[in-house]
Amino acid sequence: MASFGSFALLVALALAAWNLLAGALALRLIATGQPSAVSPERLADTARRAGIAGFWAVTAAAFALIWSVFTNDFSITYILEHSNRALPAAYKFSALWSGQEGSLLLWAWLLGAYGFVLRLTHKTDVKLYAYAGAILAGIQVFFLAVLCFAAPPFALLRGAIPEDGNGLNPLLQYPEMVIHPPMLYLGYVGFSVPFCFALGALMMRYPGEKWIKITRVWTLVTWLFLTCGIFLGMHWAYAVLGWGGYWGWDPVENASFMPWLTGTAFLHSVMMQEKKGMMKSWNVWLIFSTFLLTLLGTLLTRAGLVSSVHAFAQSSIGTWFVVFMGIVLAVCIFTYILQHNHLKSDHHLESLVSRESSFLFNNLVLLAACFVILWGTLFPILSEYVVGNKVTVGAPWYNAVAIPIGIFLLFLTGVGPLLPWRSTSLRAVRRNFVLPSIALWATVIVCLAVGVKPWKDGALDQGNFYALVAFAMSAGVTTAILSEFLRGAGVIARQSGRNLFWAMYLLIRRNTRRYGGYIVHIAVVIVVMGLAGAAFNRNIESEMALHDKISIGPYTLENVGATQDSNANYNSEYARLDVYKGGTKEFQMTPEKRVYLASEQPQTMVAIHSTPAWDLYVVYEGTNPDTGQPIIKAFLNPLVGWIWAGVALMALGTLIALVPSLKPAAQKGGLA
Amino acid sequence: MRSYQAKSKTNPSGAKAQISLPGLLRGLKPPPPSEASCSPVHRNWFNFCMKAAQALALAAAVCFSAGSTDAGSRYNNLNHRLMCTCGCAEILGECNHVGCPNSTGELNELRNGIAKGLSDQQILDGFVAKYGAVVLAAPTTHGFDLVAWIAPFAVFGAALLGTILLVRRWSIGSRQKSATAVSDPAIDALREKIRRETDGV
Repeated sequence: MASFGSFALLVALALAAWNLLAGALALRLIATGQPSAVSPERLADTARRAGIAGFWAVTAAAFALIWSVFTNDFSITYILEHSNRALPAAYKFSALWSGQEGSLLLWAWLLGAYGFVLRLTHKTDVKLYAYAGAILAGIQVFFLAVLCFAAPPFALLRGAIPEDGNGLNPLLQYPEMVIHPPMLYLGYVGFSVPFCFALGALMMRYPGEKWIKITRVWTLVTWLFLTCGIFLGMHWAYAVLGWGGYWGWDPVENASFMPWLTGTAFLHSVMMQEKKGMMKSWNVWLIFSTFLLTLLGTLLTRAGLVSSVHAFAQSSIGTWFVVFMGIVLAVCIFTYILQHNHLKSDHHLESLVSRESSFLFNNLVLLAACFVILWGTLFPILSEYVVGNKVTVGAPWYNAVAIPIGIFLLFLTGVGPLLPWRSTSLRAVRRNFVLPSIALWATVIVCLAVGVKPWKDGALDQGNFYALVAFAMSAGVTTAILSEFLRGAGVIARQSGRNLFWAMYLLIRRNTRRYGGYIVHIAVVIVVMGLAGAAFNRNIESEMALHDKISIGPYTLENVGATQDSNANYNSEYARLDVYKGGTKEFQMTPEKRVYLASEQPQTMVAIHSTPAWDLYVVYEGTNPDTGQPIIKAFLNPLVGWIWAGVALMALGTLIALVPSLKPAAQKGGLA
Repeated sequence: MRSYQAKSKTNPSGAKAQISLPGLLRGLKPPPPSEASCSPVHRNWFNFCMKAAQALALAAAVCFSAGSTDAGSRYNNLNHRLMCTCGCAEILGECNHVGCPNSTGELNELRNGIAKGLSDQQILDGFVAKYGAVVLAAPTTHGFDLVAWIAPFAVFGAALLGTILLVRRWSIGSRQKSATAVSDPAIDALREKIRRETDGV
């Protein structure tokens, strides 16, 4: 199977190279009108077909690797290092992306899959799709070349073949890890498609804004995958790493967040181009930057430039990525310089206070946030290079710098939808902002009344201060958005005589993009409230003898014994803790500590009891070597569940935005 | 996001409020005749907003410049400004693995420093001397480290100012164009109707 996999990769590389070269030549011939022995249209079609065939070749290679994992073929180094016989089937599948070579193969396969769909739908606009397909093939050539020559997944072991493999990293043996990396990669890789369309449209001087309409679905779907991937990663960190948090501003976390920020900025600013024909150059560079940031993220993860708890697969392929990023940047700059006249746009703004300028400020804040994160991620390298002194840029720095920017962004999330296009009047400002302002200040008063005070012992309690601001802003923004829904639904209800819920449904169906977007904004508010809850986290750590009790918040935990278990994959020991609330036993929690047999590495399995108000999060930290008694750390983390609920709503809002709006005829029917 | 008690070294909020609010007000479309005369009620409203913004900025500045004093909160504050040095990349106060070879020792050093009556800076300097600058969870505010703190706010401020100037330039250009354009009463009426119907929606 190793030979078959390697051969499939070589075939895929040859097909991608043909797709790139023949596609580029055909487009050149079409553009210049030079006579040639072969019809350029036929040449372009062979290039497209090579791209389709290339997808099947990469699929064959991916299949070969998965087959080798399931058949325990330890003659392949990758399988030996990332699997073992007792590994459960789901995790055997995830071995595909648990190491460097496998995850690059996953990248190439997803790129092939996106390309497959793109090439099958080429009739939408044959020429633009031909450009995009050729550029996509160029990216594919890079990844397949890395797989064939720098990080081969089918490299064979030299010497005797061991009976069993080293096993999968215990941190990766968790359900989220089966879906988190593919989701993240679907997001990363997906941004290649709008990038290819943007670059292709610029190369061919594509008239109008149709390329944006074509790529809108691609961009939204990709953004959704990246969003889900990031939040699944957060949930994995929360449930597996056992420190009670979900986001540690780790370089690899930051690497996934940066393209999300620029991608979000792109999703907003393309509306300016669609509606007003503005910001053409800006949009092109936003999508270029987003694609480059996905490559930078992979570089950071793979090349070991910065230390990270998430960098599971490091090697020396960094140089390949640096060179490729350099080539991509050079192509982007060259094309832009050559074609920038095509991107000239009329910039008409009537007022600083308008929907248009709110989009500009939204872009500014998103990019500022991206810069802050990039700066913080790379500053240790910069400091070491400039003054020879490596420093740590950890959570305190990010919290001090990024949170104020985040709160400003939250403010814009609420203000933007309230501002009309073109310009506004004082009367409109007053009418639209009175209710949100009342909600904001009422929340401040309520928070202060219930004890959320931004000071403690005469000093600023920064966590509480930010939480107070976040809660107040969230109330204002939610009121602003809901009032938008109610105003629109009220009009429809009056016109149609139907109830408000039906009117709300019809309102959303009439403009799915706009109201789907508003639902995403509400989801962002919910997530922010969940994040703000971290300011009130509490924890207690205690060594617990049998029947010892600890209390945290409304809960009392009693140790009713520890027990052990084992299976072919791991040995585990866990504490059994009865949880009482108000003197009544409510449930039992069993935080666990595992030692995986193949790798001999320990792993914590946290016990979590979630409610809308808080999570009771219990970690079995092991036993005291002197007394033999279990050490338990319990956290009470308020509002964490809101984060996951917010993400679900975000996904729903995005899916609604993807649904086509009702056409006027259908609207009439709906109203009748 | 990990909660922590570290003091902030910067205060961008005051400057932001003072720059943006008048700019926003200037950018508003000239009000209709009834509002253009700017009645005393409106003037009072704006004065109140301006004063509220200034008071908020001042309050934020006071809050940010304050520091904690008692031993318990100092210990909590300081252990969140330091890293565990075992290689786990955790904040010292949140390092959670049993048997960590370094965190217990570091926490004891921290307690001893507080008990000896050392200042926060002396304690942090002691840690840096022993473990190197990587023991600090965030860059310091002197030397090249200061760049880490200044750059984000400088870039953000410059970008904000640039955006405001750009929007003003575009809006002035737009007004000049519309002033020279031939006006069609029917189109103007239609535009006004659309504007009324979409205002705030």
